[in-house]
Amino acid sequence: MAQATADHGEHEATTTGLNHRKMLMWAFLGSDCMFFGSLIATYLVYKGRSLEGPLPIDVFSIPTTSVSTFVLLMSSMSMVLAYSALRRNRMKTFRVWLASTAIMGMTFLAFQVFEFRVFANHEVVVDCHAPIGELSIVELSVRNDKTVGCEATGHDEVEKQVGLTPKTNLFGSTFFTLTGFHGAHVTLGVIWLLTMFFLSFKKGMVTPERNLDLDLAALYWHFVDIVWIIIFTVVYLFGVFPGFA
Amino acid sequence: MASAVGAVGAAGHASTESGVWSWITTVDHKRIGILYGVSAILFFLLGGSEAFLIRMQLASADADLISSGVFSQLFTMHALTMVFLAIMPLGAAFFNFLIPLQIGARDVAFPRLNALSYWLFLFGAILLNSSFVFGGAPDAGWFAYANLTSSTYSPGDSMDYFTLGLLVLGISSLAAALNFVVTILNMRAPGMTLMRMPVFTWMALVVSFLLVFALPILTVGLIELLFWRFFDMPFFSAEFGGDPLLWQHIFWLFGHPEVYILILPAMGIVSEILPTFSRKPLFGYTAVVFAGVSIAFLGFAVWAHHMFTVGLGPVAIAAFSASTMLIAVPTGIKVFNWMGTIWGGSLDLRTPMLFAIGFIALFTIGGLSGVMHAAASSDAQQQDTYFIVAHIHYVLFGGAIVAVIGGIYYWFPKFSGHMYNETVGKINFWLMFLGMNLTFFPMHFLGLDGMPRRIYTYDANMGWDLWNGVATMGSLVLGLSFLIFIYNMVTSWLNGEPAEADPWDGRTLEWSIASPPPEYNFEEIPIVYDRDAWWAEKRGKVQHGVPVGGGSGEEEHSIHMPQPSYWPIVVSIGLIIASYGLVYNSGNFIVATIGLLVGIFGVYAWSFEPVNDPE
Repeated sequence: MAQATADHGEHEATTTGLNHRKMLMWAFLGSDCMFFGSLIATYLVYKGRSLEGPLPIDVFSIPTTSVSTFVLLMSSMSMVLAYSALRRNRMKTFRVWLASTAIMGMTFLAFQVFEFRVFANHEVVVDCHAPIGELSIVELSVRNDKTVGCEATGHDEVEKQVGLTPKTNLFGSTFFTLTGFHGAHVTLGVIWLLTMFFLSFKKGMVTPERNLDLDLAALYWHFVDIVWIIIFTVVYLFGVFPGFA
Repeated sequence: MASAVGAVGAAGHASTESGVWSWITTVDHKRIGILYGVSAILFFLLGGSEAFLIRMQLASADADLISSGVFSQLFTMHALTMVFLAIMPLGAAFFNFLIPLQIGARDVAFPRLNALSYWLFLFGAILLNSSFVFGGAPDAGWFAYANLTSSTYSPGDSMDYFTLGLLVLGISSLAAALNFVVTILNMRAPGMTLMRMPVFTWMALVVSFLLVFALPILTVGLIELLFWRFFDMPFFSAEFGGDPLLWQHIFWLFGHPEVYILILPAMGIVSEILPTFSRKPLFGYTAVVFAGVSIAFLGFAVWAHHMFTVGLGPVAIAAFSASTMLIAVPTGIKVFNWMGTIWGGSLDLRTPMLFAIGFIALFTIGGLSGVMHAAASSDAQQQDTYFIVAHIHYVLFGGAIVAVIGGIYYWFPKFSGHMYNETVGKINFWLMFLGMNLTFFPMHFLGLDGMPRRIYTYDANMGWDLWNGVATMGSLVLGLSFLIFIYNMVTSWLNGEPAEADPWDGRTLEWSIASPPPEYNFEEIPIVYDRDAWWAEKRGKVQHGVPVGGGSGEEEHSIHMPQPSYWPIVVSIGLIIASYGLVYNSGNFIVATIGLLVGIFGVYAWSFEPVNDPE
């Protein structure tokens, strides 16, 4: 009963029974679905149409990204625990879980920055005796390169830095735009969570009665997580596994 | 009753005040509605002047009034202005003013967000138009097809004004749409079920959902265009394997729902005017509502009919042909139900009614040529000719604008508190009707005769002089009718007779309160027992309402009014500084960052602003 009052006590009755701000957040997330949907659609339309490398298969490291994905998913769990603690008025537990959520969000962002840097400095090492059919576009172009290629140097193995940047090819443009905007969403979420964390030390700003404030942040956070699950599957996994790539 | 009014006086805040500051900080939906309306009319005059210059240039063959470059800027800005700065904000003006009144609410769900929408609209509009002064306006057509918009073919800043202007206007529209979705779903008076809502409110709900789902698509397109131009990311570059057609798909996937965003509010207005002046409830209410909803759904499935001649392949063309023709079904349902409403009614042919009937006639002509374009083989002949220009002006001028002008006349007593001049109103209508047909009907002939759109002049031997001359004469008549409209509005607002609360024996709740409505709208929240709630109440179905404060007994808390706030305009100014920074400082983001910081500061200050009104 007490929790039911906490849910509805501070706001006037609405036609649907759903709080105005919560409905606003749901409608906004619906709009954001179309936003990410369009970015993912652009990525998929251009999938396999880049004229030069590097391609997903060259740069993605599924183990690394799996770790960051796991961290982000766990942050959703700690978000739930933070919300639950706040409703039970356990402020210390609440702060611990809220801070963990923000830290996990930042960890994810750090992984993303790391990953972007690795992609931008991508290096290709080509075995000059490998059958041509087994080489990717970018390996082929390095092998035939007029200055560092196999014929030019006469080595058994040649290497060259072929970075992936947003300007490199269609894959780079669509990939960095999509994941970059997701990263921007996570950044916004982290700022939001940290703001609530620091506000919770001010009396009366974050209270069990005002749990809706956290509820909205949590809704947003979970949404951003779900979008990442789709990106991880469609971009990363489908990008490297045979049959999809 | 009297004590309730007194309590409101005590608890009321700034919007009873006057002065510029009170308008800048207002969060009152009625004032924001009026701000939207007045700004949109001004931009409408600007867009009209651009059209008039275009018509002067085309009046005769081989004219050299305007250079080809300026001509391209004019037709681009004419379309952008009419679509984004006139018709959409006129719709927003009606939404703002009417929705809370029609559903029996005190204000919208998020009053400050509403103010933000307005200021972003105004500043975005100024940003877009300031390009005329700073080195040239966008000139690649309002749809800005890729390759024309690349940094090679559009060097300079003009397309950046387009991109950033539309991004800002998009944020404004999205905020407004989210606000109206919540307001309409969540703030209805007791008893007002969805199927008892006035049709105008229904169409506003549908349009808001269309905006919520269509705008992000445009946003993504604009972001890609921006990155393409700013950072050389090869989104639409064929030499990188990119496809310029992707822009067309993205643009029209937004652009076609946009067409319904423009026309559905007009259909809602007409559905309010016709029953009132026919003295009959709307014929087939349920069918009209569901036709509106299905138009919105189908609107997302027809975009490629704008691209029939780009080579989509027979399967896609057949599918989009069929889905486009399907739209004629719900549209036809609406037209027949409007006629059913008039049929057998006791008609009162006042100015708003004339506009509403004129809307049906003109929109039907535009609808018929629309079905002609749906047949792809026929469309191949019409693509990029004046036949298309005729079609869009019959649906957007003859449809949207005529209905909106009718709506302004219909609700003029409500928002101004004065009656308009009926005789001048009727002269206004007949001149507009005549001018509209004189201007746009000949374009059908020109189009079928092969005159392409967007050419700045033509050879005398083409034989296009006659109908171009007629169209230009028509645009003079049209311009005159607008001057008469402005004259009628201004003189009536200043000197018109005071309006009664309910001059038309209206059906909906906005007519149950004084003209102009008091700041707090309703003294008592009405209880709704029927579809035409106010007719039902006047015929004795309803006895009493609920006091707005919920009957707490504390008089001074009887009606909470949202406080005025200047943070919405601060946030808007921040975003505009950021936009100008992006246009001017390619590769240097200092100004943009400053603007963004101002915006972020505004958002924080907004969040912590003490509000007496729990949003």
